[in-house]
Amino acid sequence: MALIDLANPSRFRALADRVLPWLGVATVVAFAFGLKQAYFAPDDYQQGATVKIMFVHVPAAWLGMMAWGLMSLAALGTLVWRHPLADVAAKTAAPLGAAFTLLCLVTGSLWGRPMWGTYWVWDARLTSELVLFLMYLGVIALWRTIDDPGRAARAAAVLTLVGALDLPIIKFSVDWWNTLHQPASVFRVGGSTIDASLLMPLLIMAIAFTLLFFTLHLAAMRNEIMRRRVRTLLMMQADAAGGR
Amino acid sequence: MELGIDLGPHAAFIVSAYGFAVLIVTAMTAWIVVDHRRQARSLAELEARGATRRSERTARVSGESMPGT
Repeated sequence: MALIDLANPSRFRALADRVLPWLGVATVVAFAFGLKQAYFAPDDYQQGATVKIMFVHVPAAWLGMMAWGLMSLAALGTLVWRHPLADVAAKTAAPLGAAFTLLCLVTGSLWGRPMWGTYWVWDARLTSELVLFLMYLGVIALWRTIDDPGRAARAAAVLTLVGALDLPIIKFSVDWWNTLHQPASVFRVGGSTIDASLLMPLLIMAIAFTLLFFTLHLAAMRNEIMRRRVRTLLMMQADAAGGR
Repeated sequence: MELGIDLGPHAAFIVSAYGFAVLIVTAMTAWIVVDHRRQARSLAELEARGATRRSERTARVSGESMPGT
């Protein structure tokens, strides 16, 4: 199957049917391995056992940003190339991105209380992450407000591309401003500052969460394709009944 | 809190974080599974009533396979 064939929603749906079971199994295996690693990971010399929260918090933060990045690419697909699956991909990524961003915010608060002495502080990293969550809610609301999927896709695409400006702000907020949140410690010039005994479980959990995201996203895209087919058939039936 | 390992004085925060993660993952999965069942049922009902796209009817008459939405 050529890549261009996947632009056809029926062929994409057939491919999703074949790929989803394998992705599901890979996700479960990755989580089993990652959780075992997280369980046996040693305590951090400063954070103690609360470092285990990082194995959920950090992947959730990455995925919250990755989902918006994916939506931004899809927005270009909608506005520039009018790709038939681009708005399906964007629409279905939004609730997943919102869920991962919420998970990041909540687990961050649960880590912050024992480590910083507070659940929340209005520093640049936390605030820009909260803005990302609110933008997700805005995009989801926009999709639900406009009935016509084509018009909703174009409006959401514009909002998504404007909102993409928040991604570099989140990433570099810890460098540009004086924040309570620690600077980058995994992906940074000069290599990771995390000990291998803690970095490995973190990376394996990140792989597991990423596999989970793609499994859920593919399944949600398949659902959306089916929903649009149902909508088309209902409209055709209504037209036929009206023309009688 | 007994989990086979000592989570120290902040065990409640760690367990709450993992509990919330389980809740979010379960909610996302359940939403997608339920939505899939609902869409599949709607499609099956419509197709049982003979609803198809014009392009599919044309393809069926001429014996071609139709890859439409």
